[in-house]
Amino acid sequence: MDHVVEMLNISKQFPGILANDNITLALRKGEVHALLGENGAGKSTLMCILFGLYQPDSGSIKIRGEAVRIDNPNIANELGIGMVHQHFKLVHNFTVTENIVLGIEPCKGLALSLKGASQRIKALSEQYGLNVEPDAKIEDISVGMQQRVEILKMLYRNAEVLIFDEPTAVLTPQETLDLMKIMRNLIKEGKSIILITHKLKEIKAIADRCTVIRRGKFVGTVDVKESDEARMAEMMVGRQVSFEVEKAARAPGETILKLTDLRIPCRRKGDPIRIDNLEVHAGEILGIAGVEGNGQTELVEAITGLRRIESGSITIKGTEISQLPIHKRIMAGMAHIPEDRQKRGLVLDYSIEENLILETHGDEPFSTHGFLNHEAIRTHADKLIAAFDVRSGEGAISQARTMSGGNQQKAIIAREFDLNPEILIAVQPTRGLDVGSIEYIHKRLVEQRDSGKAVLLVSLELDEILDLSDRIAVISHGEIVGIVDAASTNEKEVGLMMTGVKAEARA
Amino acid sequence: MKLHINTELLVGIVAVVLGLIAGAVLMLVGGYDPVEGYRFLFAGGLMNLERIGNTLAMATPLILTGLSVAFAFRTGLFNIGTPGQVLVGGLLATIVGLTVNIPKPLLLSLMTLTAIAGGAIWGIIPGLLKARFNVHEVVSGIMMNWIAYWITYYLVPSHFKGSYETESRQIPEAASLKVAWLTDLFAGSYINIGLFLSLVAVVIVAVILNRTVLGYQLKAVGFNRHAAEYAGISVNKNIVLSMMIAGGLSGLGGAALYTGYASSIQIGVMPSQGFDGIAVALLGATTPIGVVGAAVFFGLLQSGKGFMSAMTDIPPEIGDTIIACIIYFAATSVLIRKLIDDFKRRVAKGGK
Repeated sequence: MDHVVEMLNISKQFPGILANDNITLALRKGEVHALLGENGAGKSTLMCILFGLYQPDSGSIKIRGEAVRIDNPNIANELGIGMVHQHFKLVHNFTVTENIVLGIEPCKGLALSLKGASQRIKALSEQYGLNVEPDAKIEDISVGMQQRVEILKMLYRNAEVLIFDEPTAVLTPQETLDLMKIMRNLIKEGKSIILITHKLKEIKAIADRCTVIRRGKFVGTVDVKESDEARMAEMMVGRQVSFEVEKAARAPGETILKLTDLRIPCRRKGDPIRIDNLEVHAGEILGIAGVEGNGQTELVEAITGLRRIESGSITIKGTEISQLPIHKRIMAGMAHIPEDRQKRGLVLDYSIEENLILETHGDEPFSTHGFLNHEAIRTHADKLIAAFDVRSGEGAISQARTMSGGNQQKAIIAREFDLNPEILIAVQPTRGLDVGSIEYIHKRLVEQRDSGKAVLLVSLELDEILDLSDRIAVISHGEIVGIVDAASTNEKEVGLMMTGVKAEARA
Repeated sequence: MKLHINTELLVGIVAVVLGLIAGAVLMLVGGYDPVEGYRFLFAGGLMNLERIGNTLAMATPLILTGLSVAFAFRTGLFNIGTPGQVLVGGLLATIVGLTVNIPKPLLLSLMTLTAIAGGAIWGIIPGLLKARFNVHEVVSGIMMNWIAYWITYYLVPSHFKGSYETESRQIPEAASLKVAWLTDLFAGSYINIGLFLSLVAVVIVAVILNRTVLGYQLKAVGFNRHAAEYAGISVNKNIVLSMMIAGGLSGLGGAALYTGYASSIQIGVMPSQGFDGIAVALLGATTPIGVVGAAVFFGLLQSGKGFMSAMTDIPPEIGDTIIACIIYFAATSVLIRKLIDDFKRRVAKGGK
């Protein structure tokens, strides 16, 4: 069998960590090869080595059977390796064509000559079924289209091997299906694909083979057809994982959080976010589904007090909070697991124990008459660390910065749960976490609901919303386009609503 | 072998040593003997009780301005308004000293309190501008410096003129922070009770930063204002408070400078102790204890450089240049820290 790329026995050491330990990855011509691993497993390092950004300490790389040395990304490009980055690198007020030729502009004398390029892009677009308009401006096209522009950029540079880095993170379910169609077209035309992901479902749907790495070590390469999701997950995590979120039916109680006629000014110029009526009840998880950038952030900031509202009302158990300072909202029974744990959730230079009193440091027993009570702070930290299994180098006095992402998130969750809130607002609570941590956090969220509290869950992961929520509100272009019962809906319906199609009237 | 050395302290020492080496190179280039130079420089600051007293007197305002910069820095603010705060504090203390006639202990208390209040007001204004209108504190701080400068320039000759056009009348003995027993103890040096006030300030600041809710909030804002905001800590309130306290510290420094070390206030001079506070804070790694060490060291160089130039041909500017080099190395402490880390790793590896 022909191999286009062979990375043989690659090892790479960084100070204090062996990022890649004897990893072998062989990409056959015309296959989709998934690279699966938890965060920090060494996927990125391996791809950076292939792309010429790092040099391996040992091991060798062969392209089409010939040993090569890739010193920088330009050499990778010349060898026909292209990467579609997770965060697109596009100039927003340039056209598609201008973006694609950037760096290799065709010139006539001193003048730019885009006509030929534009025709070639059109031809490529038709050949692979990309349906991209070469003269459209980037700012006018959807995220899915922008991703296709990134793909075209690679094809325009005659890439034979395409690396996709978590490509579906920014897409709607429908766009994800379209992307898979495009990937199949690419394969049909003789390209080969490396797909970096942690979504097992996608691997099952599109990949031929899958290489799993765990903590920098090569676990194995499996044939996807002969393997199931549970087995791949086990290879990735090193133990058995349950995907099912166990959740008993529960009748919702009184209204805890109520939003009425809310208007929130938007960050970009444009219409304000409009929420006419949204309620979260006791003993219920209300999921907010939507594609990134449709008003979720603004909505959460308005409820939590980080953003001023234009008009309308927000109440917790009947108390109006929309004009209260943040501290008073917390006192009124609100807790918030923020979207960006390092920006909002933690003071990274503070120790865990200090972070665990971020909201409550002014209260007894953590302080009296303005003086901190270090003993009570330590006891509190030790209690939460034990209860939530927060792991760190030096226990309560470890700097938050030194902890792994999963443990940072656990510390935030411990702190917010300890507030014993009436309404818990969890935004992307499992973003970037490994399967084990996700399982744990999901269990805790359901526990919160089962104890009769209200939970507002905002997530871009549709599976997470579908698994955890009792009801799902779908947000699109700053408006709630519909609220559906989680038990009687499916991915397709919610996915369709995420594109802005309103749900049929439901009881 | 495991190394247990306080990295901050080590960085400070390395910066000082590198600065001294740079100064030695300069002396060599100028054709002077660096060993001789340094011998007189340090002798000038330390050789007898009087000179030690002068070193400490020189260090006193530096401790306070250094503390002022360090404190604001912990809240993520750059207090570049220290010269103005020193000037206003010193001016108010001098005015009170010249006009109020009450027993010495009461007078000194009143003078230091007005100096602190004056500095605090000079700090609060940039703080408020930052909190309300997001005006950068460096810009408003520099403007406040010049406002203080010109107010002094107007007030002193018009109302408190001394024997020269450019300075105020000498304050009476009752209004001086110098006290007889301390002056006698250090053989007639400039040392004064401003030193004790500055050390009390060091302890208070250390307690605020490490043991109080206020310190917790100030540092949280300084480390990550987004997280502080998220947790319901008022970022604006803490910015104003931090600038107020920092200003008050510098204002007290002004009292120590103009009514302790000196006995009159000059016009047309921006007190160098203000900006030097930035260097002191940097070298002292923005910790209260570090500030004391750095201030005493700078005080030593300041009081020794005159003796050096008197006893040798080395110009006194060399002393200032050495200070400048040390500041430079302290400011690039990131590099020094990296060197130390590399060195430690190599030692650790070699020791295996």
